[in-house]
Amino acid sequence: MKALGKHREIWLGLAILLLLVIVTARFPRFAQPQNLLTIFNDTSILMMLALGQMLVILTRSIDLSMAANLALTGMIVAMTNAAFPGVPVPLLMAMCVVIGAGLGAFNGVLVWKLSIPPIVVTLGTLTIYRGLVFVISNGAWVNAAQMSSDFINLQRTVFLGLPLLSWFAIVAAVLFWLLMTRTPLGRSFYAIGVNPTASVYTGINVGRTKFMAFTIAGAMAGLCGYLWVSRYVIASTEVASGYELTIIAACVIGGVSIAGGIGTVGGVLLGAIFLGVINNALPVINISPFWQMAISGSAILLAVVLNARGEKRKGRIILKKAEAV
Amino acid sequence: MTDPILTLSGISKSFPGVRALNGVSLELYAGEVTALIGENGAGKSTLVKTMTGIYQPDAGEIWVAGKVVTLPTAHSASAVGITAIHQETVLFDEMTVAENIYLGHAPRNRWGMIDWRTMRAEAKKTLDAMAAGIDPDIKLKELGIAKKHLVAVARALSIDAQVVIMDEPTAALSQKEIEELYVLIELLKQDGKAILFISHKFDEIYRIADRFTVFRDGEQVGKGLIRDTAQSQIVQMMVGRAVDQIFPERTAAIGETVLKAKGLSHPTEFEDISFAVRKGEILGFYGLVGAGRSEVMQAVFGMTQPSSGTLVLNGQTIAPKSAADAVEAGIVYVPEERGKQGVITGEPIFKNVSLPSLRKTSKSGFLRLAEEYALARTYTERLDLRASSLSQDVSTLSGGNQQKVVIAKWLATLPKVIILDEPTKGIDIGSKAAVHQFMSELVAEGLSVIMVSSELPEVLGMSDRIVVMREGRIIDTLDNKGLQPETLVRLAAGIAEEQAA
Amino acid sequence: MTDTTATPRRLPNRLDNPFKSTVLSWEGLLVLVAVAIFILNSFASPYFLNEWSLSDMTFNFTEKALIALAMALLIISGEIDLSVAAIIALASTLMGWALQFGADTPVLVAIGVGTGIACGAFNGFLVTGLKLPSIVVTIGTMSLFRGISFIILGDQSFKGYPPSFSWFGQGYVWWVISFELVLFLVCAAVYFVLLQRTNFGRRVYAIGNNDVAAEFSGVRVARTKFVLFCLTGLMSGMAAVLLTARLGSTRPSIAEGWELEAITMVVLGGVSILGGAGTIVGVVLAALIMGLVTFGLGLLNVPGIVMSIFIGALLILVIALPILWRMWRQRTAVRSA
Repeated sequence: MKALGKHREIWLGLAILLLLVIVTARFPRFAQPQNLLTIFNDTSILMMLALGQMLVILTRSIDLSMAANLALTGMIVAMTNAAFPGVPVPLLMAMCVVIGAGLGAFNGVLVWKLSIPPIVVTLGTLTIYRGLVFVISNGAWVNAAQMSSDFINLQRTVFLGLPLLSWFAIVAAVLFWLLMTRTPLGRSFYAIGVNPTASVYTGINVGRTKFMAFTIAGAMAGLCGYLWVSRYVIASTEVASGYELTIIAACVIGGVSIAGGIGTVGGVLLGAIFLGVINNALPVINISPFWQMAISGSAILLAVVLNARGEKRKGRIILKKAEAV
Repeated sequence: MTDPILTLSGISKSFPGVRALNGVSLELYAGEVTALIGENGAGKSTLVKTMTGIYQPDAGEIWVAGKVVTLPTAHSASAVGITAIHQETVLFDEMTVAENIYLGHAPRNRWGMIDWRTMRAEAKKTLDAMAAGIDPDIKLKELGIAKKHLVAVARALSIDAQVVIMDEPTAALSQKEIEELYVLIELLKQDGKAILFISHKFDEIYRIADRFTVFRDGEQVGKGLIRDTAQSQIVQMMVGRAVDQIFPERTAAIGETVLKAKGLSHPTEFEDISFAVRKGEILGFYGLVGAGRSEVMQAVFGMTQPSSGTLVLNGQTIAPKSAADAVEAGIVYVPEERGKQGVITGEPIFKNVSLPSLRKTSKSGFLRLAEEYALARTYTERLDLRASSLSQDVSTLSGGNQQKVVIAKWLATLPKVIILDEPTKGIDIGSKAAVHQFMSELVAEGLSVIMVSSELPEVLGMSDRIVVMREGRIIDTLDNKGLQPETLVRLAAGIAEEQAA
Repeated sequence: MTDTTATPRRLPNRLDNPFKSTVLSWEGLLVLVAVAIFILNSFASPYFLNEWSLSDMTFNFTEKALIALAMALLIISGEIDLSVAAIIALASTLMGWALQFGADTPVLVAIGVGTGIACGAFNGFLVTGLKLPSIVVTIGTMSLFRGISFIILGDQSFKGYPPSFSWFGQGYVWWVISFELVLFLVCAAVYFVLLQRTNFGRRVYAIGNNDVAAEFSGVRVARTKFVLFCLTGLMSGMAAVLLTARLGSTRPSIAEGWELEAITMVVLGGVSILGGAGTIVGVVLAALIMGLVTFGLGLLNVPGIVMSIFIGALLILVIALPILWRMWRQRTAVRSA
């Protein structure tokens, strides 16, 4: 059990491999490199969102507003593109990051300055942000015909054999890995999750660190707002509805402890990929996509049971003979 | 005499309704240990937090090396060379030892990224210099509490502090570990550090400190050199009146066996535990911290289930599966961790007291407040609880008064056996005497008391018989007649007779 | 350090004036807000002050408020259940499924309520038996329960509930007083007594304030929490019966987002999201306020999703305002000192 806790990424990787083997045994085309790359590309957005959510959960918080943030920034950028097709896409993307970060920072300020529990804050902003999508769009959709071809095609551009969308996920993963392992900010996300009191004594500003987590998560949600809208070529009030739970599911399956302080970039990526493989496998093995929700629900429950076993504190070891075991 | 490294002058700090510090001053000298002495609530921890940048003083100045400094954050305090080692080690269980030492001031490479390799090497160097025998790469949670203290000391060394504050560093340590800590303090002194040592224990203060400063009710009431001052003088400054630590006289009228444990065992915590406590008896459990005494008591109280062994209460075998079962049977437990396990903070006194007795005060499941108030009043007044009303939130009470609430809660259930785990840990001298007095009253009324204590005077002063535990096993059970303290220490620490001499 | 100053021979029960503290409480504030919104509504629309309008208004909140009653106890105990809306979906789906086999009204109701209790017990077992955090468990069961509805129904729906069943969601007991409203008022009274007048309620508060100390005080914490999850499931099952009867059909997306509205009611009602504090009176008032707000905005033809902005903003504001007020007062107090 201890080994499982330590090498959780390996076990998760094996589970994914097993899944691939089972599906491939019946449908050999499933494991073809091209299909695997497609799965990766399909999962890219989830990976980026889950990385952002990981920061928040590490600090003993939770962000339920990420999907609504994504929908709102997605709608803003789609409407901007429809109104001013001339604005270059990279500028639009920068705009997304800024707006998303702003929406995340709003959550962060409420958590930091007013000490409102994060679940309440983001429950509130979830409904506000999604309501605002309706308000600014008046309930209308922005569809493919209204979007510029650059807007739609940028993320589909293939570079070194991979679409840019996949590259975004890869770059995000590398940057997050550097952030989490090599920077004081990254380490302080862990520190305040492990022991908030000790963090204060170590000179870490707990509130500001949480604020940073929410802001970075918001920035990721904003960037994904553009990626989502251009990938599915539609912006509407319903975009990514309920997706906040899928993001949290990816984190939990990836071994992030909801109690804070535990979680790695690798685990979260695998957690997202696990869900991605399932989603892609269902139609292949001819199971109705309506099974998807129940399966991810079961996966969350299974993961949280395993997490809890891995994290369970061993009782105090007092007896000499027990120490040897 | 050189100038002090650190000087506080006229420091005041208020919280809503409380004046925690009132114009206090303090000087710390290089290479000397200054003891900060005071009862709970005298303002010691507020002062520590002010010195480490957690709190901002309302008035007053902090001088370090002849310059006035402000300490808006914990970071700025360590920047001027002030660091603290806290009561409960405030470190990070899930992180490695090396990172615990360097969190917040980790070495960076030329791109500003954390340089793990250098960090590990430096951590190893510091730990080796202390002869700590700790691998910097293991997670902190793998270490025992004494080793965690060493990591905290290593952290203090790594930030090159001039002033080291030790906030009750020995509270959770065994005698042997305390001796090791003294050696480290000597090292720090030789290194020219100024040390502020906060403690309740006079033997420690006289052993290690050069100077002392006494606080009472947020004010400085005295200071001086330890070697020129008698213990009784300091006590008098602390409490503002003379107090002798005398344990109540009692004539033992001990009856038949009430509770008997036979061969209780647990896979990792204790083995083959057998003892019996009789009517009207105080049975002391002595041992080093972590000897498994609390674990045994929590098994008797039903919080954990022993893997084998039996409990017999008044001739009937019982196997409590929960605390509720134990209370029903007549066994109650006053836990060591008062704030976490004893009182329910956020709730008023009377609700705390009536909680386990609700079945008595209610009528067919419906609350009767008048009965609850009456019950709470009966038992809290008997314990001379100091409070403004029964609806006062227990979190606003002092430690000693919180302990009285916990004891009142259990007395109201009319128990047969009451287990007290470190009953006077961290409470002021006045409350301590009250608790001791009360224990002797309880046994006089025919209750059986089991008292777990790590304080030698308390164990020797209160117990009729003493069980000594070491590493999860009972070493010996002794009649408390003419026992020498050295005997108990030797048994508890497992030191052979000739070595101890 | 108030405890060291006075040594009264006899400790008084309490020092504050109970009447004054009731008036100045959160509930007192909620009453004012409710009255204010009521007055605004009657100015905003001439159709508001009409017994049938007011009766319609109650349908806006009774079903969610039923869940909020049990959720309040659960949150006071320090846990949360995010799966309540999914329980409604599953209960409704199973009722519709049984309908295909010719189940009559009593059987349908039994299935709806029974499913609710079973789902609640499942949550309770995972949280108390396996000692898992309730927020993740119920995020998981939320997907699981609604996922099962999707597996059974796909994009189909169940229709054709008998009229005797529809009465639960559409019938009136007397004049304009609907069965839903009566059921809600009865349940509110029961929960009020349960939480504020019984040993069980007292233990719920104790657990919410400090579950370890409660356990050490002989309270059966796991059992109490298990019962609370079952109660929440029961209320969700009852809400499923009412909602299904009112709509006359079941889709897997039924009651989507209701968990958030129920929690908003609870928090707006003054229950601390951290556990240990809150009252049923507050929750009932909060339910009424939310019903008034949504109905009033509906009279002004504001679409539902825009109303949700108000609900979300209300949730944050009611928690933020007292905090801001306290901060502002502290700042002025320091300045004048």
